[in-house]
Amino acid sequence: MTRRVLAPVLLLAAVLGAWQLYVDSGAVDALILPSPANVASALFNDRALLWSALGPTALEVGAGIGLSVAIGLVLAVSIHLSPALRRAVYPLVVASQTVPIVVVAPLLIFWLGFGLAPKLAIVALICFFPIVVNTLDGLADVDPGLLKVMRTLGATRWQTLRRVELPSALPGAFSGVKISVAVAVIAAVLAEQAGAEKGLGELLVLSNAELDSARSYAAVVVLSIFAILLFSSLALLERRLLPWANRTQRGGRP
Amino acid sequence: MQTRLEAPTVEPLDVTEQSVVVDDVVRRYPARSRRDEAVLALDGISVTVARHEVVAIVGPSGCGKSTLLELICGLQQPDRGSVRGEAAVYMPQRDLLLPWASALDNAALALRVAGRRRGEARAQAQPLFDRLGLGGFERQRPDALSGGMRQRVAVVRTLLSGRPLLALDEPFAALDAITRRELQDWLAGVLTAEPRSVVLVTHDVEEALVLADRVIVMSARPGRAVAELAVPWPRPRRATDPRLVALRERALEALAR
Repeated sequence: MTRRVLAPVLLLAAVLGAWQLYVDSGAVDALILPSPANVASALFNDRALLWSALGPTALEVGAGIGLSVAIGLVLAVSIHLSPALRRAVYPLVVASQTVPIVVVAPLLIFWLGFGLAPKLAIVALICFFPIVVNTLDGLADVDPGLLKVMRTLGATRWQTLRRVELPSALPGAFSGVKISVAVAVIAAVLAEQAGAEKGLGELLVLSNAELDSARSYAAVVVLSIFAILLFSSLALLERRLLPWANRTQRGGRP
Repeated sequence: MQTRLEAPTVEPLDVTEQSVVVDDVVRRYPARSRRDEAVLALDGISVTVARHEVVAIVGPSGCGKSTLLELICGLQQPDRGSVRGEAAVYMPQRDLLLPWASALDNAALALRVAGRRRGEARAQAQPLFDRLGLGGFERQRPDALSGGMRQRVAVVRTLLSGRPLLALDEPFAALDAITRRELQDWLAGVLTAEPRSVVLVTHDVEEALVLADRVIVMSARPGRAVAELAVPWPRPRRATDPRLVALRERALEALAR
């Protein structure tokens, strides 16, 4: 246990130490790059501000991922079941990822207003993709021999999907969601930058405008911690829900 | 790639004492591209399996024995000739158990597909599970079971389908030699306790002779039946039995031709 904690802590300490020395050496203006000590004091002094800004952003990320999961699973299953949909929809799914969000975000704000809606749209647009792709791979990854068994058992298409393909796809779907978590945080900040009244992205815009770089970095730290917590709770949930998919145990005994 | 999933189709058979009749079947796989060549997998093969008879099909790899099995299961259709018979259930080479389900739930899969509730399916699977020596392993997931145990669960899953004809595609090929022999003895016992019509595809002549009432030897592609050997002795049999050894020589001779 101590070993598992020691390595990341040592690495973090080394990075922070080097950063502090770099800023202290005067090679860079502290206004441009605040020292870790300054960021830490901003984290403490502005804790109420940061905390209240985290709420809206966390909501956008959480609801956005929820929406992505729903869209992603429905799309993956539909594409899997219908060759026509695969040909028609899959290219559009890929094309959706080429939309330059930074440019489109303000347009979405004009269209959907300053509330939650445009943020959800932007987070979902970015996040549904890894969920669709990973779930589809999982659905297609079922051994053909098992599908033959199901056919000779007289299983309907729905039974095969429900009893074999969907459970097989769950680990893939989970991987997709875990990838989504990291990008969802970036997506929410981007969406807020395009126009928002609250949230960590909005706080970043304000702090940059006020040249309060220590507070900007403090907001980034909060975002990172939030993303790490979300990612680890998903990993924990996966281990609880899908113990059979634990990769280290895979393969079984001979 | 698109997977076809419609219900398997095999014409029903009116002759009551026969389980399946494969009559002069030709199966050809068309070329998939211009560089590819069409493959003649089966060239006029006929096989009859009587009710509760165990027929083994041995042949070199690529002789079309798996194709024959899929035709019997209705997973493919012949290009010429006919396949008539009772409903068959397919058992693939690897156990292919559902990794998320317990051993008992895996065994009861056919019952769930047939529409039984979970508790009902478990209760119905339990007696056979116990009788075939799997008692105590109900709650284990496949990754906690040995290869031999997993294959036993797969056999019970196949039996619980209630289908009169079992189509076993090299069921023990993935096991080590010792476990394979153990499972062959076990299966011989199972078939005594739960008689079924069986088509057993294998490349192991010894396995065929230990388990089957009749062994059909197939030629390399295109697959044809080149020899048929009756094994008229009761199971369980020893592979070292001189009569079996003599038959083995004959089978290997036919394979070498």
